[in-house]
Amino acid sequence: MTILTFSLILLAGSYLAGLLGSLTGLGGGVVVIPLLTLVFGVDIRYAIGAALLASIATSSGSASAYVKEGITNIRLGMFLEIATTIGAVLGALIAVYTPTNTIAMLFGGILIFSAAMTLRKKNQEVLTQGSRLSYLLKLNSTYPTTNGPVPYKLKNVGAGFSLMTLAGVISGLLGIGSGALKVLAMDTAMRIPFKVSTTTSNFMIGVTAAASAAVYLQRGYMDPGLAFPVILGVLGGALTGAKLLQKMNPQVLRIIFCVAITFVALEMIYNGYQHKF
Amino acid sequence: MKKILSKSFWNDTDVEQLVGQLLRYGVIIASGIAFLGGALYIIQHGNSGIPAYSKFVGAGAGYTTYGGILKGALALRAAEIIQLGVLALIATPILRVFFSLVAFALEKDKLYVIITLVVLSVMMTSIFGGLKI
Repeated sequence: MTILTFSLILLAGSYLAGLLGSLTGLGGGVVVIPLLTLVFGVDIRYAIGAALLASIATSSGSASAYVKEGITNIRLGMFLEIATTIGAVLGALIAVYTPTNTIAMLFGGILIFSAAMTLRKKNQEVLTQGSRLSYLLKLNSTYPTTNGPVPYKLKNVGAGFSLMTLAGVISGLLGIGSGALKVLAMDTAMRIPFKVSTTTSNFMIGVTAAASAAVYLQRGYMDPGLAFPVILGVLGGALTGAKLLQKMNPQVLRIIFCVAITFVALEMIYNGYQHKF
Repeated sequence: MKKILSKSFWNDTDVEQLVGQLLRYGVIIASGIAFLGGALYIIQHGNSGIPAYSKFVGAGAGYTTYGGILKGALALRAAEIIQLGVLALIATPILRVFFSLVAFALEKDKLYVIITLVVLSVMMTSIFGGLKI
């Protein structure tokens, strides 16, 4: 295969990855890793580098839209970014000492967890009574609806912060946004309505990924020949996905894709177990 | 310039919207540079066989250091131009954090100025701390 054909196929594949990542809410980076390793036989370290870039591109590209609607809780995001950026740098440092097969198996596990998370029942309730720390840190806010702004309060700030550190480590170790873990921390622990938690998580993904990306760049994980088709493809796919989401509710697609991604995850785990990475 | 530094400007124009725009421009610029580099890469090497991506080489090439990327991009080498786009992409969220710092400072929200400074210094350590080992 020549570089031209390879780049074009990778561009098309990344476009699909970005589209599916956006429609299901999994994020583009998550699909890029199995695409590169299982389909193109690329070393998982190059795949991680490319996936990080995909995460930054999709997060920054779509965050602007959410910020405009006023759903993102900037203070909450900034406070939790202390946890995710420190976690991400730690994760990137641990990655050097972690065998690639272990990383592949861990990735498979996180993939299944993320797929399950997108199908879960979402938290729509708003708390009227927050914890002491939530007032101290000014984390309680409102979000706009058609019936005017809805105020919400949050609790379990400490537990959320710890879960976010873990999300950061996973993100730095595997090169993904780990949006599922971030949403888990905000939805389940801090009891934030899912509209706010999904957009705030998306807003945080870019910052978290950038924190470990610099380490990976200098370590040679980011190959230019892979970077440009992946960045352009995933970004294009994510933009198409965002447009489609305004017109349809892809619940059926989401279920089909989550089942498919579970098989992909199992193959990653199996190959990792067989030391194929 | 004076207008930009006054508090009312930041309140009136809604900083967050401004920052949202900045994120979008950052991504557009980064992908634009990556596209140019990619096009050049294909023109120069399009007909050669693909590199052995199944074998990880790691650091060593010019495009794995900041200085190397700048030097190569100025010499119009395709790989380094793509990496310049990569750097622009990584810089976008960092700029975003920096602008939040400015916004919190203008709001005189000391607590969040400190929180944002912590985030910013973690990112700077990652970028300039030589943590690549």
